[in-house]
Amino acid sequence: MSDTELAMHGHGAELAEGSPYAIPSRKLTMWLFIISDAVTFGALLFGYGYLRIASSDWPTPFKFNPSIVNVLIMTLVLITSSLTMLGAVDSAKTGDKAKTNRFLWSTILLGVIFAGLHIREWFGLIDEGVRLFQNPWGSPLFGATFFSITGLHLLHVICGVVALIVISRGFSRGWLTAGHVETTGLYWHFVDLVWMFVVPLIYLLNISR
Amino acid sequence: MERTVPVRTASTNVIAKYLPVYFVLLGIAGVEVLLAYRHFSIGSLLGILLALALCSGTLAVMYFMHLAEERRSLFLTLIPVTIFVLLQMNMIWSDSFRLLRMKPFPH
Repeated sequence: MSDTELAMHGHGAELAEGSPYAIPSRKLTMWLFIISDAVTFGALLFGYGYLRIASSDWPTPFKFNPSIVNVLIMTLVLITSSLTMLGAVDSAKTGDKAKTNRFLWSTILLGVIFAGLHIREWFGLIDEGVRLFQNPWGSPLFGATFFSITGLHLLHVICGVVALIVISRGFSRGWLTAGHVETTGLYWHFVDLVWMFVVPLIYLLNISR
Repeated sequence: MERTVPVRTASTNVIAKYLPVYFVLLGIAGVEVLLAYRHFSIGSLLGILLALALCSGTLAVMYFMHLAEERRSLFLTLIPVTIFVLLQMNMIWSDSFRLLRMKPFPH
């Protein structure tokens, strides 16, 4: 063992066990964060489901145009961003900085488009009179559940975009590694995954017929 | 103990590799919209949409998040526990249906 390794890991380093999952510790940490976040979203969605089923006057405000069309475009954008993120992780592992940056910035752009469409959707509903605890149609809790669940998801998207910008700069300047790109990629795919549950439960269950 | 991500020398065409998963996910989203406009009861529609969302989620976790390529021990540590915790929340459904029909608790 070299002096540097001794300084970093101590004398017992050679006795330490490897990860039982054969993944870097930061990746395992991200997985644990994702699981806890999944349970948070799960609790919110279950709470929403309870209110949705228990309320006979739950509003169904989402018309095919513009709301459902907008949601379909947002879904297309977010799933496409997952694909570009896969490209970024793959390029990072090969050490191709230029290609990684191209993929990362494509993902960032798609994330910004998604957030823009999401905010447009919010303003549309606010214009129609939806507030946190009131709306013109029925159960006043509609606004609270809609804005809290989609708002938490939007917050995740915005945090993801900021993280991707930091990762892109760090990877191109050499102070972040392919492991960081991969870990951020996991987070970004999770944001995509949550959206796959938000769309059917929040939007499609409340379409205007 | 921190491990480093191995550096590969040649890039595979990862976009082409995951394109089928991408199209299946888009297809499921389209089917969900079509089914939402069919006249199901709210309970049935919720069940169908949740089942389709679970299919999408499974594809995303296994392929986009590469859980299918990790050691089985990671899958067995993370997924069953998460499913168990989420299933515990199902306790509330019966009460939500009872409230909808305004039925008292059975004696």
